[in-house]
Amino acid sequence: MTEYLLILVSTVLVNNIVMVKILGLCPFMGVSKKLEAAIGMGAATTFVLTLGSGASYLIEHYLLGPDLAYLTTLSFIVVIAGIVQFTEMAIKKTSPELYQVLGIYLPLITTNCAVLGIPLLNVQAKHDFMQSLLFGFGGSLGFTLVMVLFAGIRERMEGADVPGIFKGSAIAMVTAGLMSLSFMGFSGLVK
Amino acid sequence: MRQLFKFHGGVHPPTHKSESTRSPIAQAAIPSRLVIPLHQHVGNRAVPVVQVGERVLKGQIIGKPDGRLSSAVHASTSGTVSAIDMQLVAHHSGLPDLCVTIIPDGKNEWVAHGGVDYKQTPHTELRHILRLAGVVGLGGAVFPSDMKSYSNKHKIKTLVLNGAECEPYITCDDLLMRERASDILRGAEVLRELLYAEEVLIGIEDNKPEAIAAMRSAVEQDGHQHMEVIAVPTLYPGGGAKQLIRVLTGIEVAAGVRSTEKGVQCFNVATAYCVWRAITYGEPLLSRIVTVTGNVSNAQNFEVLLGTPVDELVAQAGSKSDTDRHIMGGPMMGVDLPSGAVGVTKATNCIIEASDALFPPPPPALPCIRCARCAEVCPADLQPQELYWFAKAKDFGKTQEYSLFDCIECGACAYVCPSQIPLVQYYRFAKSEIWQREQEQQAAEVARERHEFRLMRIEREKQEKAERLAQKEQAALAAKAAAAPGSATADPQANAEAALQARIEAAAARAKAQAAAEHPKNIDGLTQEQQAEIAEIEARRAKIREMAADAGADDEPPKHN
Amino acid sequence: MISALWVMIGISMLLGAVLGFSAIKFKVEGNPLVEKIDAVLPQTQCGQCGFPGCKPYAEAIAKGEADINKCPPGGEEGIRKLAELLGVEYKPFGEGAGPKAKAVAFIDEQTCIGCTLCLQACPVDAIVGAAKQMHTIIVSECTGCELCVAPCPVDCISMQPLAENISNWKWRYPTIPLVQVAAR
Repeated sequence: MTEYLLILVSTVLVNNIVMVKILGLCPFMGVSKKLEAAIGMGAATTFVLTLGSGASYLIEHYLLGPDLAYLTTLSFIVVIAGIVQFTEMAIKKTSPELYQVLGIYLPLITTNCAVLGIPLLNVQAKHDFMQSLLFGFGGSLGFTLVMVLFAGIRERMEGADVPGIFKGSAIAMVTAGLMSLSFMGFSGLVK
Repeated sequence: MRQLFKFHGGVHPPTHKSESTRSPIAQAAIPSRLVIPLHQHVGNRAVPVVQVGERVLKGQIIGKPDGRLSSAVHASTSGTVSAIDMQLVAHHSGLPDLCVTIIPDGKNEWVAHGGVDYKQTPHTELRHILRLAGVVGLGGAVFPSDMKSYSNKHKIKTLVLNGAECEPYITCDDLLMRERASDILRGAEVLRELLYAEEVLIGIEDNKPEAIAAMRSAVEQDGHQHMEVIAVPTLYPGGGAKQLIRVLTGIEVAAGVRSTEKGVQCFNVATAYCVWRAITYGEPLLSRIVTVTGNVSNAQNFEVLLGTPVDELVAQAGSKSDTDRHIMGGPMMGVDLPSGAVGVTKATNCIIEASDALFPPPPPALPCIRCARCAEVCPADLQPQELYWFAKAKDFGKTQEYSLFDCIECGACAYVCPSQIPLVQYYRFAKSEIWQREQEQQAAEVARERHEFRLMRIEREKQEKAERLAQKEQAALAAKAAAAPGSATADPQANAEAALQARIEAAAARAKAQAAAEHPKNIDGLTQEQQAEIAEIEARRAKIREMAADAGADDEPPKHN
Repeated sequence: MISALWVMIGISMLLGAVLGFSAIKFKVEGNPLVEKIDAVLPQTQCGQCGFPGCKPYAEAIAKGEADINKCPPGGEEGIRKLAELLGVEYKPFGEGAGPKAKAVAFIDEQTCIGCTLCLQACPVDAIVGAAKQMHTIIVSECTGCELCVAPCPVDCISMQPLAENISNWKWRYPTIPLVQVAAR
């Protein structure tokens, strides 16, 4: 039990995939202009990552085995692409507004390096099924947390007195860097 | 002891009330002219019912209410209507509005009027009297009292009478309560009857001990059961309706909720006084108490005829020469008048003569330092700093999420801001932008519906025309076949042409008969002048026909000579 | 080698089946996007965008055939709303294609000959009249699209800009004047 809790804490805070591992920056910068979009994106990524982690583990251990290990990356990408397509269709049906708001970033979850990176990290760390699932879920939870925080900051920055040349992406990058610095402070949290 | 509650926030600005409470209410002199705006209330502007040059009596109706939410406007004294035109009014924009200007004749002659016994009169009639008497909320919101004293959807348990008068400098309600307490309470009784309320709570701030004493003794001596005078702690803006209701009853009227839904209704003491005068004596709202204070030598309260130009009023209080502007209202929520020529309206509770010595111009605003002092003092429990940031960034969706429309624009936030940011201006800007967008959205909806209806109408007309033509063809063929059975076997082309020819000839004959039969119906028994006029018009028509003939083809413009 | 192929084919077929099934289950009818774009447009039906009305322009935008900066009556605000809705970059108006002040049409009754040509041109039926009868504009319904000005054979229709009066006055955006302070 403690082990699972440790995995969660470490993926959400200590080794946050966006702030510490610097993965998944594309939707992080692209969808964080509005809070509702950020929450929606976080939810979609959570669904894809958790499912993807589980499916990837099953494929890796039961289908590929040690001989076909070279097919890992390929099969992971195919599975992730399939899951993202499914998610896209589900969102388009259930919430057309969210679909509109996310725009091109929804299919781009396929190319999100965090979504491929977490299953690969799972393979590297030789996690079992439960651990892989939790690792994926925790990673996506950390991703959602940082997205929401960043979206909140960016909405506030719209009304702030930002110097002209910094307005827009420039100040967003600076803020992301500062956030990353602050998240480094979590290192050493779990001994 | 009744338990009192607290509302969030509030500030203690210096009250400056003692300057104007030294003397009793004085009668302001009848001015040289009255400029009475027709739109002194919430709702539709009153429609003028008098003509320029007409003599009007005191209390005569000069503007009748237009629509369900509207109120009447009356002549404040007898005189002659000299103009009905656009004049400067007391509005933030400085733009003019339709006003009736009356030159008083000094006789102060009343129009015939009489009251009713409110206990014997049905409520609908009482409300109608209030509407035609122009009684509106005199606390500053000028909402028509006939609409406000009607509650069929919700049971009203408590009627709150607002004698708080929390804004600095203003003392008109204070003096009214000291001098005319009995009539105020009788008016409150009428309102209680109209609303079927169980109790009346009169809230007065505790910096008005004389008023509290006067009202309490009136309650006792006149034997008003169900009424209680309560001294509330002095705190700005404790006179706000939702704030006073919270203090007296503990009920919190939440965002977007009306106080009637919680069983409470709130009226100003001056409104109650006017209700009594209107019902029992038939006196419409012609005058109100106005505090004149600030840069004057004798600050005091006057009973002023509505429409009195501010210049003439402040002269009676001894306005000093270095006064550079007039503020209608108080220093927190008042309006800078565009000129001294505007008339006193039903919303004018105070005129502050301002000068640079009395109200030094504020320094330019500095950036927000996120101290959140504004959030500490907001009486509506809002987040003024958030509203400021989003209004500044023109993110109107977010401002509404933070309940922008619950802001009562009291100015407490701007009062405490250490950077001197004019916060209320940002909220007003955001509110008017949002309203304008909603109006544009509605107009676009209406335009879309009209366009779609028009497309449908054109389709429908096309279909009907096609059907009609088809039917005619059928009928004509049937008639032709019946009329000449022998020639039915002849050339169908020739038949069709002959049928067409017959139809054309019939139509031409009909048109000729119609033209011959048509003549103007009312040409018998004309007077000389009418005949001359007709001859003139005929001559003009002939000339135009000539010109049209000269002009040539239809697409050439007519030649003007 | 063969097993690798089988594995990949197996995965692909499984995914294909799942996706095919969900494509049928989550089918979305129609194109709600057109309605959403139409709701943003100002409905003046003026044709300044080059399309015969607001609905055709909305359909063209949804198909990607038209740019979002073609609607002057919507103003800058309209372009921003469209950009946000579609998730594209904001694009300002082209040269000389910017919005004009809101105006309503006015018929000079002395010159009107009652030909009904303007009646037929108005896309929202804001002109009242009949053949050989006086025509007049219903001011509250006129959207200022100017489609009636051209067909009039006697040029009696002019556009009157709406003046700011006490009922449509708006609070201005507060500006703080910058003050030059002497250097110390």
